[in-house]
Amino acid sequence: MTWEIVIGIETHVQLATRSKIFSNASTAFGAPPNTQASVVDLALPGTLPVMNKQAVEFAIKFGLAVNDGQTHNIARRSIFARKNYFYPDLPKGYQISQFELPVVTGGFVDIQVGEGEKATTKRINLTRAHLEEDAGKSLHEGLETPGVSGIDLNRAGTPLLEIVSEPEMRSAAEAVAYAKALHGLVTWIGICDGNMQEGSFRCDANVSVRRIGEPLGTRCEIKNLNSFRFMERAINYEVRRQIELIEDGGKVIQQTRLYDADRDETRAMRSKEDAMDYRYFPDPDLLPLAISDRQIETTRLSMLRGGVIDVPGSTRQQLINAYELSAYDAQLLTQSRAFATCFFAAFSSSGEQAKLCANWINGELASQLNRECIELVDSPVNGDELGRLVKRIADGTLSSKMAKQVFGYMWAGEHGGDADAIIEARGLKQVTDSGAIEKVIDDVLAKNEKSVAEFKSGKDKAIQALIGQAMKASQGKANPGQVNELLRKKLAE
Amino acid sequence: MSFDATTLHRIASLARLDVPADQLASLGAEMSALLVLVDQLQGVDTKGVAPLAHPLSAVSEMALRLRPDEACAEINREANMQNAPMTENGLFLVPKVLD
Amino acid sequence: MRTITDFSHALAAKQASAVELATDALAKATAAKGLNAFLHVDADLTLAEARAADKQFAAGVTNKPLLGVPIAHKDIFVTCGWRSTAGSMMLANYVSPFDATVVERLRAAGMVCVGKLNCDEFAMGSSNENSAFGAVQNPWDTSRIPGGSSGGSAAAISAGIVPASTGSDTGGSLRQPAAMTGITAIKPTYGRVSRYGMIAFASSLDQGGPMAHTAEDCALVLDAMAGFDERDSTSLDSEKAKVSIWRAFSGQIASKRPSNVEFAGLRIGVPKEFFAEGLSADVGARVTEAIETFKKHGATVVDISLPRTALSIPAYYVIAPAEASSNLSRFDGIRFGHRAAQYADVNDMIAKSRAEGFGREVKRRILTGAYVLSHGYYDAYYLQAQRVRRLIAQDFQTAFKSCDLIMGPVAPTTAWKIGEKSSDPVAMYLEDIFTLGVSLAGLPGMSVPCGFDHQRLPVGLQIIGNYFEESAMLAAAHRYQQLTDWHLQSPGGHK
Repeated sequence: MTWEIVIGIETHVQLATRSKIFSNASTAFGAPPNTQASVVDLALPGTLPVMNKQAVEFAIKFGLAVNDGQTHNIARRSIFARKNYFYPDLPKGYQISQFELPVVTGGFVDIQVGEGEKATTKRINLTRAHLEEDAGKSLHEGLETPGVSGIDLNRAGTPLLEIVSEPEMRSAAEAVAYAKALHGLVTWIGICDGNMQEGSFRCDANVSVRRIGEPLGTRCEIKNLNSFRFMERAINYEVRRQIELIEDGGKVIQQTRLYDADRDETRAMRSKEDAMDYRYFPDPDLLPLAISDRQIETTRLSMLRGGVIDVPGSTRQQLINAYELSAYDAQLLTQSRAFATCFFAAFSSSGEQAKLCANWINGELASQLNRECIELVDSPVNGDELGRLVKRIADGTLSSKMAKQVFGYMWAGEHGGDADAIIEARGLKQVTDSGAIEKVIDDVLAKNEKSVAEFKSGKDKAIQALIGQAMKASQGKANPGQVNELLRKKLAE
Repeated sequence: MSFDATTLHRIASLARLDVPADQLASLGAEMSALLVLVDQLQGVDTKGVAPLAHPLSAVSEMALRLRPDEACAEINREANMQNAPMTENGLFLVPKVLD
Repeated sequence: MRTITDFSHALAAKQASAVELATDALAKATAAKGLNAFLHVDADLTLAEARAADKQFAAGVTNKPLLGVPIAHKDIFVTCGWRSTAGSMMLANYVSPFDATVVERLRAAGMVCVGKLNCDEFAMGSSNENSAFGAVQNPWDTSRIPGGSSGGSAAAISAGIVPASTGSDTGGSLRQPAAMTGITAIKPTYGRVSRYGMIAFASSLDQGGPMAHTAEDCALVLDAMAGFDERDSTSLDSEKAKVSIWRAFSGQIASKRPSNVEFAGLRIGVPKEFFAEGLSADVGARVTEAIETFKKHGATVVDISLPRTALSIPAYYVIAPAEASSNLSRFDGIRFGHRAAQYADVNDMIAKSRAEGFGREVKRRILTGAYVLSHGYYDAYYLQAQRVRRLIAQDFQTAFKSCDLIMGPVAPTTAWKIGEKSSDPVAMYLEDIFTLGVSLAGLPGMSVPCGFDHQRLPVGLQIIGNYFEESAMLAAAHRYQQLTDWHLQSPGGHK
């Protein structure tokens, strides 16, 4: 029996505003409890919401970014509605959100499906994106009073853009690719800091399964997917759970489930058991949000780079078309604005070595960052420095093996990360003088008669041993290409 | 329609109002009388009439005013929390929340 | 000495100091404790404000007509000093960390706050019997209600304790108690007066406004209360809203007109629906006489129709409870307000705290509101009510094509006995029939004393203007008050 997995993702993106969506309290993360909750955020009697202009601007940016700069999907008039429910960390007893008329309708995000160079592009359509306010937090540990939870409302009122995808993903891997692409997009256009540990980018996944050709199955919503890794594991667990349930003759019940990373399983949330009736209605404290054509056009112009809206996708196309990079390289270099910026800096200081720069950034640099668990912005080697290293590879000063050594010294901060200074100080220049290399080769040929005889008797592989010997004799500094070439020439003599 | 016990329970739960058993009948009766009053709306022909949410938009287009993004709230946590029934270290306390 | 004008003349002439006036008001409040008009009095706070006012007088401040004049606030406006309860057990001990915009503005104008005034719980009621802190007595007959929900605000003026007070009007809560206690009040155009710091009942209907003896006093206080407030998203900042009400009012009353034609050019619309069955004979007669006075002095009377007057009741009793049910969700016993002593878990704690903290009328409205917004009923009730609301607003605009002001009764009857109607909430709702339409449309409406019934209970004339026409309404009322003395009469025993 073949099962089809159907996944839709709802993402809560915290907008990178200075102040809250409806109050002038700071949105900074990590302050002592309730020191960034104003009287409005605490919903004290008599308080009223006043909308933050920047949050609207960010929503417009997003609308343009997910639609190739077209403006029709940004609502000229959208409505704030109250979503009524009681929860201890929801101070007003309702969340100000958008319901019937959201600020953005439609749009799409392109994701890469498949591995490496064989990856293809799949378009995931968006249902909508709407503005709303975040809730506070309930803390369950570290309290002296027994049997209680503590409520911290610092987060309450932080502006959110909730982005809802169509249920168009067909595997956990696709869901993760979508989440990563969306994360890349919102950080690229600067509307979110993307910090998942701090909850700036939170995904819920709606997962259902069906036998191919059958109507959509009942879905479960998985909450608390605060890392890409957990997302993949949680969805895979949930898919297995649903398939096993159905195959055992059971039925999937629509419910909200929480992913427990420690146990690697999802479980039903107790607090969300009742079918919710949110009693949405237009918030009488807020008038309709009007967005003018002019405002959209001003934002659009501010987002243009080289005549197109500056999003990861447009840069990807630019890297493929103008820089002749592979789709795979372009995809990796546009995973964040930091990577793209790094590439352009390296490209410029390397003497326009696009492919080499891409290889180095996506290869050595990326794996070094991964190993040490640091972000590109914190990398000890920047794009410009890397480009100057690449330049020395391109001009033959360094073999790629030597370049890796130099890179290691740069990473450690030697000579302020200056490749040339390290090459000079450590005498790591590659030997390209044919005369010098010939001397070495003559010496090697003389000492390795056996290998020479083998090669001459038709064993082509024997040349590898000779190359190895020559490289060793030159302390790795000889240009391997030249060694190969000269060896063959001499052996043919 | 009348406000039967099931409806009253459902609505009271949505509104998070505990209704003691001895008040169910009388409250239900009052609610039913109220519904008779508001049911007068059902016969009104409102075809093509847009709902009016903000009174002045009856005569002119009203739009939301936006505030500049400045974080300038003066927050006096002590004053803000002075009415809280139960607190600890700047947190509002509630009976244990289960998720 | 009853009016603000009397008080400010005395202050300007140094016949009285602000401290003396405040002390006198506090003493009167204590003497009239039986009325139950005041919920919170704090002499120290009041006298500190009075001393500050006297300091300004000493410093030579002369451009503040309200400086040193006592006022009291409906307990729906939050104050830092005095507790703010909204007439509810839920907020029995609530102290706000900030002042309402209205409170702030009136203090800035120099007014001295004498205390906080009783009202129906969360302003829900027409008799002030829904206050958790007891009913308020009508100074004209202490066995009767003063009207509501701003009952304490009305009684305090009528009894001569303060010359002015603040109130709020969601469906008639300024106009109806003013009518029942023989004073003047105006509910301004929706959005004129900031709602920031006014504990919300129904956000799209709530408007603060002044109560006083005269239209002139109302103009002065409203001018100080009103104006754009960036903390309220529905606060108006249009050109029309920026015009000073006091200046426009002064301009209009300055023009001397020959007697008998004081109202020349004024077209008064009289809606036939306001004089239908249910209107008491006395009220009908007094209101008709008042309109006759306008006519006798040059006004033209036009018959108009507000055909959906009766529908304003069901429309209002869907919209107001819907908004209220949501506005009152913040009272969960977590950050402020009453918390039950016994509960099983957090949800039970919230449900029990709300059950104990809210009174019966508030609960009914919360339940009604939750019901009309709930799944499957939203379109039939809430949206339908909002559509009817537009039709009602359109009816007024049609009417204003043929008249400048609309006049009629404020309420069908004069003040009823305490307890008389409290067993039948729906019967009480029907009493709001003449005030609800104005609230739904967001129009300004006034109540002006126009005589007494056979039991010497006050009757109010309602004056309704188009949006932003407050100064014209106040000017018409002022000229009427120059021709009559209903507004100057006071109940016996509280002179």
